[in-house]
Amino acid sequence: MEQLIQQIASGLASGAIYALLALALVMIFTATDHLNFAQGEMAMFSTYVCWQLIQLGVPFWPALGLTIVFSFILGLSIERIILRPLHGSPILSIVVVFIGLLAIFHSLAGSIWSHTIKTFPSPFPNVSFAGSGYIGAHQIGMIAVSLIMLFALFAFFRFTPLGLAMRAAAQNPVSARLVGVRVDWMLALGWGLAASIGAVAGAMVAPVVYLEPNMMASILLYGFAGALVGGISSPGGAVFGGFLVGVLENLVAYFGNLTEKAFGIYIVGNGEKLTVALIIVIAILTLKPAGLFGRTTVKRV
Amino acid sequence: MTAITSAAPMTDDPRRSLGSYAMIGLLVLAAALPFLVGKSGWISNFTFLQLSLMIVYAIAVLGLNLLTGFNGQISLGHGAFFAVGAYTAAILIDQYSVNAWLTLPIAAILCFVIGYLFGLPALRLEGHYLALATFGLAIAVPQMLKYRHLEPFTNGVMGINLIKPDPPFGLPLSSDQWMYLAVLVVAVFMFWMARNLLNSRPGRAMTAIRDHTMAAGTMGIDTSRYKATVFGISALYVGVAGALHAIIFEFVSPDSFRFELSIAILVGAVVGGVASLPGAVIGGIFVQFIEKYADAMTKKISQAIHLPLELQPWTLYGLTLIVLIYVMPGGIAGGLAMLWAKIKPRQGG
Repeated sequence: MEQLIQQIASGLASGAIYALLALALVMIFTATDHLNFAQGEMAMFSTYVCWQLIQLGVPFWPALGLTIVFSFILGLSIERIILRPLHGSPILSIVVVFIGLLAIFHSLAGSIWSHTIKTFPSPFPNVSFAGSGYIGAHQIGMIAVSLIMLFALFAFFRFTPLGLAMRAAAQNPVSARLVGVRVDWMLALGWGLAASIGAVAGAMVAPVVYLEPNMMASILLYGFAGALVGGISSPGGAVFGGFLVGVLENLVAYFGNLTEKAFGIYIVGNGEKLTVALIIVIAILTLKPAGLFGRTTVKRV
Repeated sequence: MTAITSAAPMTDDPRRSLGSYAMIGLLVLAAALPFLVGKSGWISNFTFLQLSLMIVYAIAVLGLNLLTGFNGQISLGHGAFFAVGAYTAAILIDQYSVNAWLTLPIAAILCFVIGYLFGLPALRLEGHYLALATFGLAIAVPQMLKYRHLEPFTNGVMGINLIKPDPPFGLPLSSDQWMYLAVLVVAVFMFWMARNLLNSRPGRAMTAIRDHTMAAGTMGIDTSRYKATVFGISALYVGVAGALHAIIFEFVSPDSFRFELSIAILVGAVVGGVASLPGAVIGGIFVQFIEKYADAMTKKISQAIHLPLELQPWTLYGLTLIVLIYVMPGGIAGGLAMLWAKIKPRQGG
């Protein structure tokens, strides 16, 4: 039982990261109908920037702040420079450009910082407290930072004029343009925000998975799974889906372990994490493409 | 998908038949190459291996072209079917001592079935969603190959070592030359089949689905069955390529089928031109060429422009992809076809 609670707690911690990444994916999807396959590698690249700043002697939180600014500019410029001219191109072109970006960020990180695995400092003090038998300090910190991010974003979209304009641009670009919203720039802002969220997710997860160019591949897949479970067109749903998928991931491994102990048959374990994510993705896509909270899209002929 | 158009419509104009004579001539020359060189060593065995690998990748790229270029379905995970083909061949040869060439049809059938089954749920998916599902597949494949219950067959992370078959009937060829010849024959057969498929009624249905799925449906084409079948055929092509790769490369392991492989096949398809059969050949050559020389090339480029860091081949891949989408969305084959179309009216008067 104790183990089960432990598993759920650490599932929530990794779920927080998936939720952030899922939110970044949803932000780009609602605005442009694109699935950003380069999201994970962009986050990984930002995390390396953060690591570099820390190496240069900047304390953790200011370094993270600078990284967020850097990622924001990076995301914004990618949208303005690379994707803007492809507006209205066939889906294949867009997907191929995303794969190209993925390859570039992956290899650039490799050539700048090498492929050797690096440790990433955790900003949270390693103290014990009530209930710390179940969950580590860093995991609590991960959840807390993610929740703060989520509420800040919610407040931004709900209560600021700029957030309102961005929502309008995503929901109905034509009408938004008519009332004077600069839709193009709103999309670019969305990209910038998504990249910043990715950077936070990367910096939070790096102390756990260590820093290396491949660190984000599996996390991105879980981010996608989370976004799909909650409904890729619903930000709140994506966050919920992220947490759910995080817990599910740990429970699958846990129950896999139990069945192995009880019956001596190995079915799933940690080695099948990605396969589990793939099955979730395919199952949701085929059974309930709108996810739990998403809207069903109706195609106009 | 409206931007993709077939590079050259098949018609009976005389210039076309001239072209096909030239192609047959070229093929005969390619087939005669190992006999002409013999054991003289003008062209090393290593070069023959490189050529064989190019042809193998061309078959794989052709598989993706059939799916993406001619049927409008995007796959980022064709490395998975390459892996299935390679492992099928390797396990059959290694554990059941099956003749290497017999493994090809078995790998083909198996990949068709798996591709068809994967294609069934994928039917409901379009565009980005299909890309996502196959993206997941590509990432998960190495892990699946390491699955504990498959280990007695796959030998886990160690992989399987194979030995190339020797040339039969005492042909005066080295085994690399013989492999090259065999791969060439298989490739010609596969391309010929693809060409016939595309020129047939089902082939026209495939392209109709690409151009407008709903319109194709209202004209009585069973779009979902077609899509799943094309997915299967595409997987079949890539699976055969994988089996050939295992045989000539003499080794398979889970980490040879990482996400990079799926990207390499995609890059080949985009560079060659997704809706073109000759484009697949260009793509195959490009993939092997980059794999072989990208390291050296990127090093030279980094030195030439005095970059403080060493660029990696993937940076070239990524840049190639993005630049191509801008300047030549039809790939090299599409670009050549456009150039040809510009020149032709002046010639014909």
